[in-house]
Amino acid sequence: MRLAKLAAAGLAALIVATPLAATAQEHGPAAGGAEEHAAGGHEFKIPAGGWSFEGYTGSYDQNQLQRGYRVYREVCSTCHGMKLLSFRNLGVPGGPFEDPAFANPNDNPVVKTIAAEFLLASIDSETGDPSEVAGKTSDGFPSPYANEAAARALNGGALPPDLSVIAKARHGGAGYIYSLLTGYDAPPAGLTVSPGQHYNAYFAGDTAAQWGGDPRFKPAGGFLAMSPPLIRDGQVSFDDGTPSTIPQMAADVGAFLSWAAEPKMAIRKQMGVAVIAYLAILALLVYLSYRRIWRNVEH
Amino acid sequence: MSGPSTYEPRTGFTKWLDARLPIIRMGYDGLVDFPTPKNLNYWWTFGGILAICLVTQILTGVVLAMHYVASTDAAFASVERIRRDVDFGWLIQNIHATGASMFFLAVYIHMFRGLYYGSYKAPREVLWILGCVIYLLMMATAFMGYVLPWGQMSFHGSAVITNLIGAIPLVGPTVKTYLMGGPAIGDPTLNRFFSLHYLLPFVTAGVVVLHIWALHVTGNGNPTGVSVKEVKKDTVPFHPYYTVKDGFAILLFLILFAAFVFYFPDALGHADNKIEANPLQTPAHIVPEWYLLPFYAILRAVTFDVGPIPAKLLGVIAMFGSIGILFVLPWLDTSKVRSMRYRPFARQLFVVFVFACIGLGFCGANNPDDLIFKFRDDKLALNYADTVGNPQTEIFDNFATARARQQTLPATAGASIEISSAGFKWLWLAQGLSAYYFIYFLVVLPVLGVIEKPKARPASIADSVHKRVRAPKAASAGPVAMPQHAE
Repeated sequence: MRLAKLAAAGLAALIVATPLAATAQEHGPAAGGAEEHAAGGHEFKIPAGGWSFEGYTGSYDQNQLQRGYRVYREVCSTCHGMKLLSFRNLGVPGGPFEDPAFANPNDNPVVKTIAAEFLLASIDSETGDPSEVAGKTSDGFPSPYANEAAARALNGGALPPDLSVIAKARHGGAGYIYSLLTGYDAPPAGLTVSPGQHYNAYFAGDTAAQWGGDPRFKPAGGFLAMSPPLIRDGQVSFDDGTPSTIPQMAADVGAFLSWAAEPKMAIRKQMGVAVIAYLAILALLVYLSYRRIWRNVEH
Repeated sequence: MSGPSTYEPRTGFTKWLDARLPIIRMGYDGLVDFPTPKNLNYWWTFGGILAICLVTQILTGVVLAMHYVASTDAAFASVERIRRDVDFGWLIQNIHATGASMFFLAVYIHMFRGLYYGSYKAPREVLWILGCVIYLLMMATAFMGYVLPWGQMSFHGSAVITNLIGAIPLVGPTVKTYLMGGPAIGDPTLNRFFSLHYLLPFVTAGVVVLHIWALHVTGNGNPTGVSVKEVKKDTVPFHPYYTVKDGFAILLFLILFAAFVFYFPDALGHADNKIEANPLQTPAHIVPEWYLLPFYAILRAVTFDVGPIPAKLLGVIAMFGSIGILFVLPWLDTSKVRSMRYRPFARQLFVVFVFACIGLGFCGANNPDDLIFKFRDDKLALNYADTVGNPQTEIFDNFATARARQQTLPATAGASIEISSAGFKWLWLAQGLSAYYFIYFLVVLPVLGVIEKPKARPASIADSVHKRVRAPKAASAGPVAMPQHAE
C-alpha cells in the first residue's frame, strides 16, 4: 500500500511540477519569477486567438510562418540580421516553405528564389577583388550591415540585435515581440522622451530618470532606439488574403521568430509523447514485476 | 559486510578467467549477491538514479564535444548549430542541459536522505566524505559547463566566480590567473574550462567507484539505522530485489526528466544566456543556475566586516565553509543514534533545515535589497543638502506637497524626490537562514546528540519490518535502547 502511495505521490509531484515549470518558462527562471515580472512591468499581450504553437501539442501554422517571413523580409531585415539561419532552413520539415515534394530543402524552388533575392559579399576567384553574388540555399542570412561600427553609425549608436534566437533571448518570447511591436503607445504626460529614443510600455528598461511625476507611479517599460517598425495597416501584403493589420503583422512575425529560434519544436513535442508513453508503460511493467518479486518478503 | 564470495564459475572459460582476473566474481558479489537490508525505502533509490545521471551526462557530453567549438567567436553559434543542424542535436543538447539540473535534483535528495538517516555516521564516514568530493566535483563541472555556451550569463557568471576565487588571500590571485589563462576572461579561459569540463566527469566517475567500494565494505545503511545482525533475516540479495525496485524508481525519474527535455527545455535556464556574451554589457541581475542559488545567497548574506576580515572575503569563506562543513559532519553530530526516526527533536530541526536550504535558494534568486513584503505603503523621501552641506531627508505622503517643498529649497541643495519604502528585505531572510544553516551543523547536531533522549529502536531490521510492529515504548529501558554504536 505504501508503495502505491509513494507512486501516487511521485505522479502528483510530476503533475504539480510541470505547470509550475510552464509558469517559470513564461516568467523567467524557476525561483526568479517575481523579479522578472517587475522588470517586465506588466503582462505581455496575446494576439486574438492566442499562439498556435503553445501548449503540449501546439504546432506552427505554416501560413502564419510564411506571412511572418514576409514581415521579417520586408520590415525587420532592413536593420536586423539572422545569422544562425541558412536559407535552406526555410524549407525543412515544419518550416515556412516546406514542400513535401522536395525532401531536400536545397531543391525547393521557393527557397532557391528567396536565397537568390539576397546579394552576398564574395571574392571574385579570377581577380581576387571583392564582388557580390546571388545567395544560394546553403548560405546564411546576411547581416544588413558590413560590420558593427557601420550598424551603430546608421542607428544613432544603437546596435540592432540579431534575430536568430531573439524569441528565446527575451522573457515572454513571442508574447514579448508581439507586445513590443504593438506597444509604441504615446508616452504618458510627464515623461520626457529624448531625441532618437522611443517610449515603449513593454520594453525592458527604466523610465525613472525621464519621469517628472510621482516616482511611485512611474510608467512601465523603457526607451529604445528602434522607431515603430509597423506603422500602418497594409504595410506588408500577404499572399493568402489575410488582412495585414498591425496586430496581424506583429503576431505573424512573432510566430516566425519563435520558429526561427527553435525550428525543431514540433518534432520535440511529438517525440515527447512517444517517449513518455513508452517510459510509463515500462514503469508499470517494472512495478508489477517488483510486486511479484517482493510478494513473499516482509519489508 | 560482503562476507565470503558465493560466486562459483561454471564454464571452463569463467574458471580460467576467475583464476587470473576475478572480474566476474567482483561483479557478482557487488551487484547480484550483495546483501542489502530489506527495509530500504524509495529515498534509497537515488544512488541508482545518480549513476544513470552521470552516464547520461557523459554520453551526451561526448557527442556534444564532437560538434562544439571552444572559441569565443564561435562557441555560441556552434551550440545553436548543434540544435539546428546536427541529427538529433537538439535532443542531445536538451538532455545534457536539462540533465545537469536533474543530476543536482537527485544529488540533493540523496544528500538530504543521508542527513536524515545519519548515513555519515560510523562506520560510513569515508563513504560520506567521498560523496562530498563527488558533489564538489559536480559543482565545478556544472559551473564550467554553464560557461561553454558563451551566453551573457555564462560570461558574467564566470566573471563573478573567478573574482571570488581571486578574493582568497595569498593563493587567490595566482589561482585566478591560472584559471583565466590571462588578465581577463577570454579564449584561454573558455579553452581550459572546456578541457576541465571534459576531464572532471571522468574524475567523478573514478570517485564514484571509490564511493561504491566504500559502500560495499560497510554495506547499506537503512531507515532504522540498526545494523544488519543476521544476513539471512535482515537482508535480501541486491538482484533481483533492488535491481527491480531501483529500476522502477529510475523509470519514474526518467519520466520527470523527459517532461523537462521535451516540454520545458528552457524552464530551468535563463533567457539572458541566449544572448551571445558581451563583456561590455552586464546583465541587470547575474544569477547562477538554480542548484547553486543557496550558496549564492550565503555569499551575498555577508554584508559586514568582522574585525580585519572584509565582508567580501567573509562571504567567500561562508560560502566555501557551508560546503566544507559537510566534510566534518561525521564528527560534529555527537548522537549515537543514526536514524532521525528515533530522534524526535532533531527530526523537527532537520525539517526546518530542509526548508532553510530551499528558502536560501529563493534568496539567491532575488535581489538582496528587494522587499519580500512591505511594512507600510510607499512614501516619498525628499533628499537634499542643508545650508552647511549635511544630508537631510523629509518624508511625504503626497507628491504635490513634496514637490512644493522641493521648490522652496535653493538649487544648491540638490533636492531629489525618491521612493521611501519600508519592508522586509530578502537580505535579512538570507542572513537568518544562513545563520540557521551553520547553527544546525555547529550547535544543533553536537548539542542534541548529548541532551536528546532517543525513542526506542527495533532490535533488528527483521523486527522492524515484522508486520510493521515497532518495539513497544515500555521496552525503552531494555537492550533495544542501547546505543548502537557498539554494534
